[in-house]
Amino acid sequence: MGTVILLALTGLGLAALYFLVASGLSLVFGLADVLNFAHGLFLGVGAYGTWWAAGNLPGAGSDGFGFVVAVAFGVAAGTLVAILVELVLIRPLYSRTIEQVLVTVGLSLAGVALLQATWGADARTFPRPDWTRQVTGILGAQVPNGGLLLIIAAVLVLGAILAFLRWTRYGLVIRAGVENREMVTALGIDVRKAFTLVFAIGGAAAALAGALGGVYFGTVSPGQGGSLLIFAFIVVVIGGMGSVVGSAYAAVVVGLVQQFVNYYGTSGLGDICVVGLLAVVLLLRPQGIAGKVATA
Amino acid sequence: MSEPILSVEDLSVRISGLHILQGVSFTVAPTGVTVLLGRNGVGKTTTLRAIVGLTPPAGEVRGTIRMGAQSLLARPTHRLVRGGLGYVPEDRCVFAGLTVAENLRLAERRGTSPAYDKVFALFPELDRRGRQRAGSLSGGQQQMLAIGRVLLNDNRLLLVDEPTKGLAPKVVTEVAEVVERVAESVPVLLVEQNLAVVRRLARDAVVLAAGKVAWTGDARELLLETALTKSLLGVGSAEVASPSARSELASPAVARKDQR
Repeated sequence: MGTVILLALTGLGLAALYFLVASGLSLVFGLADVLNFAHGLFLGVGAYGTWWAAGNLPGAGSDGFGFVVAVAFGVAAGTLVAILVELVLIRPLYSRTIEQVLVTVGLSLAGVALLQATWGADARTFPRPDWTRQVTGILGAQVPNGGLLLIIAAVLVLGAILAFLRWTRYGLVIRAGVENREMVTALGIDVRKAFTLVFAIGGAAAALAGALGGVYFGTVSPGQGGSLLIFAFIVVVIGGMGSVVGSAYAAVVVGLVQQFVNYYGTSGLGDICVVGLLAVVLLLRPQGIAGKVATA
Repeated sequence: MSEPILSVEDLSVRISGLHILQGVSFTVAPTGVTVLLGRNGVGKTTTLRAIVGLTPPAGEVRGTIRMGAQSLLARPTHRLVRGGLGYVPEDRCVFAGLTVAENLRLAERRGTSPAYDKVFALFPELDRRGRQRAGSLSGGQQQMLAIGRVLLNDNRLLLVDEPTKGLAPKVVTEVAEVVERVAESVPVLLVEQNLAVVRRLARDAVVLAAGKVAWTGDARELLLETALTKSLLGVGSAEVASPSARSELASPAVARKDQR
């Protein structure tokens, strides 16, 4: 029983990480029709920003309030990069899909190369509070606190995004834009501002995933964003493009399947099962769990 | 004669290699309803979409479009709309996942007070169904919402694309009545296939054929010319006037007005 609880909670921790990356990716694709292969870069910037800030930024550190400051710095850096990417690179290329893919793939590769050139290709030990290295006993299972932190953060982010979509003017614009972007402009709304906003939200969530993923894994490396991005894309497709709630459901399914199959089957079989799950969803329900609706 | 509210000169639109509009020129009077007619696929919707700046990015638009003294071409859609160009698209295009109230709230603009009183006076049902998802409304209710959204703000010109398409005869009457009432205060450029509705509402007509303007003039004169309507629209005016056609094309109220 303890093993099942442990696997379920570590699976949910992984799901939380996927959700943080996938939520922004899903909103960006749902609203702006941009398949952003550079989304992993925002995660990398968040992770390395937090790592750098913990050691160099006055007031920041690896424990207590200093760690909060370090994470806030990492998230701010990821958000800023996301906004700049949208304004400088993506905005001139809206409705030019091929060019978007080329630019975002190129940016992703260049971003990883830049991180490698600056801080080396090897994984770096991530500065994290002591309590995140410890475990908490839940129903007989000893669950790592880093995973629990990820789950709590993902639930808070999900709640915040849903509240934003439900209760704010821009949330309304985003929900409408995911359904019919053209009609939003035909009501006199400059939808490009909403594009920048969803990039900022996506960048912030991915950067938070980078920071908390560093806590979860204990290390940070330049290629971390890219490998997580693959599963985030799978989550987005299974959940339904543009649906934050769909991404949350899909992340839970993917995280649990991976964790349980990898444990009870062969290591690596969980990843294959996830790809199989993606194929099944695409065949039976191509619009994903929730379809193209920015659910609030 | 007063200055037109909209003038379109030599408008050409190419989309994906297709030359859809080939030098279209016409004007819209500053009052009343001007109707854009033509068989399916001649470019009526393309014309409206070019005016409001919604030609697909892969498309190419040439020519001149002016609202008053202001050139519209190459201006982003949201600016045109904020400048008083209201657009009610074909097939309603309400946001199905949003409630009726949210659909209306989306059309509100900063710095102006939305005319909810006017909209709810025209469509009391929208007030009653505020919390209902727009996707669960009937076609007629969705059309009312699509028109209501645009009427929340002041407009200098309304572009209305096939508002009665696919609606039940009773609802056709209601929509026609609303367009008629709206046109008392705002000029309307209307695309409409229902000739009984056209006869009720339109003063001027522009007929497109194969991407070009084939005829312009008085709408009622056009509908009286059997040979002309047959050749341009594929429908004889006698069909429009016949009792069977009335029941098919227009509601009793529309027909009643026609007999006046």
